[in-house]
Amino acid sequence: MIGVDVPYWAQSLLRVLGGTVAVLLPAGTIVYLFLFKMMSFMQSRLGPMEAGPYGSMQLFAEVGKWLQKEDIQPQKADKQIFKLAPLIVLVSTFLLVAVVPFGPDAYFTNFDAGVFYMLAVSSISTLGILIAGWSSANKYSLLGGLRAAGQLIAYELPMVLAVLGVVIQAETMNMQGIVERQNAGEIFGWNGLGNPYILTQFIGFVIFMIAVQAELTQTPFDMPIAESELVSGYMTEYSGFRFLIFFIAEFATAGVFALIASVLFLGGWGVPFSWFGWHTIDDVDDWMNIGGPLIMLTKMLVLTFLIMWIRFSYPRFREDQLQRFAWKVLIPLALLNIMVTAILKVMF
Amino acid sequence: MTDLADRQKLSYIAAQAADARLNVELETEGMTLNIGPQHPATHGTLRIIVRLDGEQVVWAEPSAGYMHRGYEKLTEVRTFPQVTTLINRIDWLGSFANEVPFILAAEKLMDIEAPPRAQWIRTILFELSRIANVGLFLGDLGVQLGAITPVFFAFRDREYVLNLIEAATGGRFHPNFDRIGGLKDDLPAGWITETKQVMKKLRMFCDEMDDLLFGNEIFQSRLRGIGVIPADVAKQYGLSGANLRASGVDWDLRRDQTLPMAWDKVDWKVWTHPDGDCFARCWVRLQETREATKIVDQLLDTLPSGPVMAKVPRIIKVPEGEAWVSTENPLGEMGYYVVSKGDLGPFRVKIRSASFNNISIVPWVLRGVYVPDVISILASLYFILGDIDR
Amino acid sequence: MPGKPQVPGLMKGLGVTLKTLTKTMTPKRMGGGANTVQYPHEKEAPPTRARGVIALREDNCTVCMLCARSCPDWCIYIEGHKELAPPRRAGGAPRKVNKVDRFDIDYALCMYCGICVEVCPFDALFWSPEYEYSEPRIADLLHDKDKLGEWMETVPEAPDLEAGADKKGKK
Repeated sequence: MIGVDVPYWAQSLLRVLGGTVAVLLPAGTIVYLFLFKMMSFMQSRLGPMEAGPYGSMQLFAEVGKWLQKEDIQPQKADKQIFKLAPLIVLVSTFLLVAVVPFGPDAYFTNFDAGVFYMLAVSSISTLGILIAGWSSANKYSLLGGLRAAGQLIAYELPMVLAVLGVVIQAETMNMQGIVERQNAGEIFGWNGLGNPYILTQFIGFVIFMIAVQAELTQTPFDMPIAESELVSGYMTEYSGFRFLIFFIAEFATAGVFALIASVLFLGGWGVPFSWFGWHTIDDVDDWMNIGGPLIMLTKMLVLTFLIMWIRFSYPRFREDQLQRFAWKVLIPLALLNIMVTAILKVMF
Repeated sequence: MTDLADRQKLSYIAAQAADARLNVELETEGMTLNIGPQHPATHGTLRIIVRLDGEQVVWAEPSAGYMHRGYEKLTEVRTFPQVTTLINRIDWLGSFANEVPFILAAEKLMDIEAPPRAQWIRTILFELSRIANVGLFLGDLGVQLGAITPVFFAFRDREYVLNLIEAATGGRFHPNFDRIGGLKDDLPAGWITETKQVMKKLRMFCDEMDDLLFGNEIFQSRLRGIGVIPADVAKQYGLSGANLRASGVDWDLRRDQTLPMAWDKVDWKVWTHPDGDCFARCWVRLQETREATKIVDQLLDTLPSGPVMAKVPRIIKVPEGEAWVSTENPLGEMGYYVVSKGDLGPFRVKIRSASFNNISIVPWVLRGVYVPDVISILASLYFILGDIDR
Repeated sequence: MPGKPQVPGLMKGLGVTLKTLTKTMTPKRMGGGANTVQYPHEKEAPPTRARGVIALREDNCTVCMLCARSCPDWCIYIEGHKELAPPRRAGGAPRKVNKVDRFDIDYALCMYCGICVEVCPFDALFWSPEYEYSEPRIADLLHDKDKLGEWMETVPEAPDLEAGADKKGKK
């Protein structure tokens, strides 16, 4: 990968390890930093403090707790599908992270249809949620699963349309190419900040973040889980290890979507190339392969802070209000955004 | 002989049969769902059986009684102080308010009145228990709608009120402070200044709830226009408290009754709302909490000096008779019908609790609403299981 | 929500949570900090009148049984016997006094109502704000005479009353 000649099997092993780290590290960080600590601070309390200094080991304690629980399956549940559902949701996260670039040479895959692949693969988790709700043989889970199916499908469209604006502006669907265009670009001739698409595609950014909030079934779009009504919705009948997979998948997907959003809108792993006098991606120094992931981590934390902040502050939408919001507000806005972007792109 | 027409006919019949089997399996006529008795949304063990058509409720029925503790039977074999201890636990969030109507009924039978200082302090503690109770309601409202942050603010600010009640009476949740003829004790030194500071904090809490919940568009769209209860229906079902006032009925027992309490000595406002929907009920309760803080402030300023206990014999035997007293409790109208035969304890006590009548409207109001709205409506009606089941 | 998205209400809600976040993160000496008391490392002192546990002054008890009778749960178990004590003045008749043999309070049943403390005519029962006496076995929650006597050391002085009160220092 980086100048060292490793055999193919070693490369694949490194990719697998790297992918696992890239999925689990954001999940763990987000859970500790935001779910435990930030939520507690916003509620004027301290959060976990006993496990490890300032509660840093709490996540491991929780993982251990879930792992040692009994594996309960409802008697009437469809056993194979019941067991399969959490894995489908987790697999989609791993597939998603495969296409996110972390540095000029630090990526898992780099192909020209990166954005297209990313949008397609992110819908696999919908399947997992739906069959989790159906196979649980529980009316509450069924309700949760059906709501989830409707919601996730409805919010796919705004996400796709919001990303289309970025693709039009970048003229490429390659994720690495989008990063390069943003960092090497200029705003009206001034290249001090590069050209992060959050400035020009602000509406697209907002729509994307709202759609991501809905795809993650976070409040205010957490009807499928709806804790006070459905006691966890489609996850009700899952306990122990399987629930742990759902839990990790939820926060890992949050992290990966934040990574993707930072690639699409915030300039990805890079800083504006003009700061170091680079012009194209080949000019970028090798130390950026270490610095890139760190920068990505920072940007991911910023975006996840936004997602979590909104999660802890708002009540939830009702299902029909949710759908109405997606179909009648977000999609027309996104279409408008695409139109304006296309027109401006042709003009300038 | 199977030719094309026959094959088509056969496949058509097979498809119909498959459909019919699917309909029976999927039970597409309606799904019966049990909300409770173990459920995060009901304040305790309340069971509501709903029959759903998709996500709409076709028929609903509450099934209470999972928490019945037999209060009225218990009171038959206990003396008046012991009964006072027990009835603290009916509405456990605003528990001083439960003692007051009972003690007032006993005092009515004995034909004595508590001294003015006792009446003032009784009213102050009554309003404090209202703040504690409805403050928690505001937080809980957030949780039932999905906002997890307000409830922590509610608990945090409720702690101040509970500390005040503990400083005065010795018990945070169950003060057991009211006695026939007055109060058990006087207030400890420094209580008045501390209470005034706490009231300031609670007004800030109400403003926070205004910003965090009531100003939120999502919150409003979840609650406005949902569960509308017209004024005449509310009166027919015997709703009371904020539920009634939110339907536009100007009815407040603190103002309309003359009881030996201090409400008529201070200047305060009865809040009503014309809409009668969920938002109205929640909004009225928020305003009532603010109003209660103002009442407490005014009462503290005008607190008379004197004894807190009237001249009563050591062993109290309440003379024969029957008395009914009801007050405007945090949950609604709570009343006690005390029948005494001249003993140390009551012969029979009938407890009219507010929440029991408040949930009687559940079958009527839940027709045709969506499942998430069921939770909103139950949240806005605000009952406590101890109050329903006694 | 469909139609015109009005932003201000939503933004105010975000502002409240952000404000609480920054307040919790500022150190305590600058007026911030969380509202959490990290028990058992830090403990809050309960108010003087807090009803934690009941203490018994054995010398004052005359086995009049008033407390046992007035308990709503009947959780006080008293046994006593009569003794002859020496006369007060020389040449008088010996006095019959009650001596308490057994005085148990079952804290598994106790409702912490305080009626027993209130009705005792001889000031033998007192409230103490001690609350850390939970036991792993329920049977250990039956505090006998000696243990109740030990609680006497934790009984605080009655607090001063507010201005305008009639009697001073009545407990």
